[in-house]
Amino acid sequence: MLKYIIRRLFMLIPVLIGVSILTFSLIHLIPGDPARSMLGEKATEAQLESLREELGLNDPYIVQYGRFLGNIVQGDLGESIQSKENIAEQLLYKLPATVELTIFAMILAIIVGVLAGVIAAVKQYSWFDNISMTGALFGVSLPIFWLGLMMIWLFSVVFNILPPSGRLTSGMELTTITNFYLLDSLLTGNWAAFKDAFSHLLMPGLALGTIPMAIIARMTRSSMLEVMRQDYIRTANAKGLRTRFVVFQHALKNAFLPVLTVIGLQFGLLLGGAVLTETIFSWPGIGRYVYLAVLGRDYPVVQSTILIVATIFVLVNLITDILYKYFDPRIRFD
Amino acid sequence: MLKKRSILALFGLLFILLFISACSNNTSSTGEESEGSGGEDQTTEEASGEKTLIFGRGADSIQLDPSKVTDGESIYVTNQIYDTLVRYQEESTEVKPALATEWETSEDGLTWTFQLRDDIKFHDGTDFNAESVVFNFERWATSAEYIYYGYMFGASEEDLGGIIEKVEATGDYEVTFTLSEPNAPFLQTLAMPPFGIASPDAVEKHGEDYFKNPVGTGPFVFEEWLPDESITLSKNEEYFGEVANVDKVVFRTIPDNGARFMELQSGSIDLMTGLNPQDIQTAEDDQNLQIIRRPSMNVSYLAMNTDKEGPLSEKLVRQAINLAIDKERLISLYEGIGKPAKNPLPPSLWGYNDDIEDYGYDVEEAKALLAEAGYADGFDITLYTFANPRPYMPQPKVSAQAIQEMLKEINVNVEIIENDWDTHLNVTENGEHDMAFLGWTGDNGDPDNFLYVLLDKDNAKKGSAGNIAFYKNDEVHDLLKQAQTEMDQEKRTELYLKAQEIIHEDAPWFPIAHTTPPIAASKNIVNYSPHPTGSEPFNLLDIEQ
Repeated sequence: MLKYIIRRLFMLIPVLIGVSILTFSLIHLIPGDPARSMLGEKATEAQLESLREELGLNDPYIVQYGRFLGNIVQGDLGESIQSKENIAEQLLYKLPATVELTIFAMILAIIVGVLAGVIAAVKQYSWFDNISMTGALFGVSLPIFWLGLMMIWLFSVVFNILPPSGRLTSGMELTTITNFYLLDSLLTGNWAAFKDAFSHLLMPGLALGTIPMAIIARMTRSSMLEVMRQDYIRTANAKGLRTRFVVFQHALKNAFLPVLTVIGLQFGLLLGGAVLTETIFSWPGIGRYVYLAVLGRDYPVVQSTILIVATIFVLVNLITDILYKYFDPRIRFD
Repeated sequence: MLKKRSILALFGLLFILLFISACSNNTSSTGEESEGSGGEDQTTEEASGEKTLIFGRGADSIQLDPSKVTDGESIYVTNQIYDTLVRYQEESTEVKPALATEWETSEDGLTWTFQLRDDIKFHDGTDFNAESVVFNFERWATSAEYIYYGYMFGASEEDLGGIIEKVEATGDYEVTFTLSEPNAPFLQTLAMPPFGIASPDAVEKHGEDYFKNPVGTGPFVFEEWLPDESITLSKNEEYFGEVANVDKVVFRTIPDNGARFMELQSGSIDLMTGLNPQDIQTAEDDQNLQIIRRPSMNVSYLAMNTDKEGPLSEKLVRQAINLAIDKERLISLYEGIGKPAKNPLPPSLWGYNDDIEDYGYDVEEAKALLAEAGYADGFDITLYTFANPRPYMPQPKVSAQAIQEMLKEINVNVEIIENDWDTHLNVTENGEHDMAFLGWTGDNGDPDNFLYVLLDKDNAKKGSAGNIAFYKNDEVHDLLKQAQTEMDQEKRTELYLKAQEIIHEDAPWFPIAHTTPPIAASKNIVNYSPHPTGSEPFNLLDIEQ
């Protein structure tokens, strides 16, 4: 097992080199450059040229890439061209925001999705099955954009019970340690901040969790249906075990493997692709950070952030693989 | 099993409880939150006796050092923190004293002497004096990163100082500028937000991190910046002008236009920019909201490439195109934020020629002109447009299609070519187009900044053209050059009036519109008058209880 993990971690290196080359080439292939984007229509050719020179954009690509790689190896993520902010500092702040939101959304999605899927499978063709699966169909098809705006309109404008956006009410005192606000408020025993952060998480969490929730529900249902037809389930039922025990202990555990795959993939996707949710709910996470950097052709920000996200993606996949073993002890890693 | 289930149940219960308490917290606790200085809810203001203005905008500031940025969101904030030597009048782009109380210029226009206020301190407690002004100007002349300095004063790689030869402290509170050539807009340029004077001590102390620790003399003091979330400023009690009415200003970043508008409706912000056009009417109908329009300092236009061989090199054809486009119908695509343009200058600028009569919409006349020019059967032509809306043109593609339809009437077949913004700038600068959309937002409120940049033959160089009509008229060039070195504003006005007449007659453009960007605010915001240049400080603004 340990050997397997170490081997997988080593494989991270070629993956990351590949990712860095790909990102570097793609971002340099789009027309335009940071100098142009900083100066806009006011740019004169002379100004553009001297700014490019100052920013080191006139060096050959291979030199620029080498400089980037050299810095990364030394643990230096560089600084933004546009804002001059240190990228590592920014990520320390923005990554927890995204991860917190993602974990929250995934917890919502897993609890609701798995439960709905199990019940729908056990009571196949019942009203619950029909309603929840229709709901799931809507869930995967609803544009997050629309859903998010409707939620803000309903809960913030009409009922005024939830804050429309942001991570914390401005002026709320919170000493940050990890930049995971829920965790920080618990660590410092700040109950007011905990409630505030939690209420800020609800809407974006639900919006972000909708699609995974629907996918998980559908996956759980179909996987459960298959397992429920197996002989050992019939045996378990025949020897008089309680239905609930059969469903959750025998069936769900065996049906969970494909669901786990989906969960792992969705988790990774949410981490990198929460741009829409972050935009609507003014969530200061990395999705929007990279998106804006691409628009502003802020090369270092795009390259470094994508590298970090790729690392996390690979790690999440590794954890998923390790979890397989828990659900199916027959799996061997050697 | 039972244990597991009860744990699950407990979690569920906790979750529901949290949800309820989170919800109810927001409705009932508005009065109690007063310790959190100026919370989101406006009612907290009453509890703590503090007035907080919450300003919602679409993007965060890039840097809080105005000399290094061109984005409006940075400038908006730095306007509150810094002062310039002179400042624009509230309603026009003429200047009045600010850090400088009076000034004089030598007869040849090469020397400018400013008397400075002697009673001001920077927010960090250090004295403002002539040395601090010199320090700032010398700093701006050290790198191409000081974008506006280079652009406004003509700096180049070899000569980073541009037309400013030297800046000297000729007294404790007297500064003298020596220019290498006379520059009539000089004073108005100094009023631009990028030339806000920063505390030399703070610049030296913070070095590369100065942009996030700004220190000026303005009506508000910088407090805190949470990237992509908010920037908080507090009132400067020692301000030399009118001390601000509100105690705090919070700039909040809310990226989505729709979500931002809903925040305004729910009362969690007081003021917002970047409205969706369809929300303007909603705001006007809402009894708690108001729409404030920023006076225009921009123009959108259709440039006709006069340099390319073909029909557009003929004045009669260009006039015919002016006659064949129904401007009113085109402006209807601006959804209520555009006013028809007849000149390159916006009407808020001095020197605007209101005597000029626009061509009007007359298809028959247009056909007659085309026939006279020998194009009775029409011709084929390209129209270059860009993909994303700009402040002066909300719907570039649809506008292009409308013009395509209208020109069909006079047998002119238009092929529309759409590019992304960067590419559009590149190809139009190179003169690849027959016709192209473009626009301009003024910098310093001087007519020179429109007419010379956009229509002088000096700027009709392929590869870096501001004049993408490639319009080259020697008479106009002489008038504009003369106006650059003439120091008397009345005489300059005469010159600009004349230049606009010639440009109107030659018709290198079809001027489209001047837009007035709308700002939505809650009804209790008073005394807020946005300036055409976007340079207004918020010290006069007040929130009525």
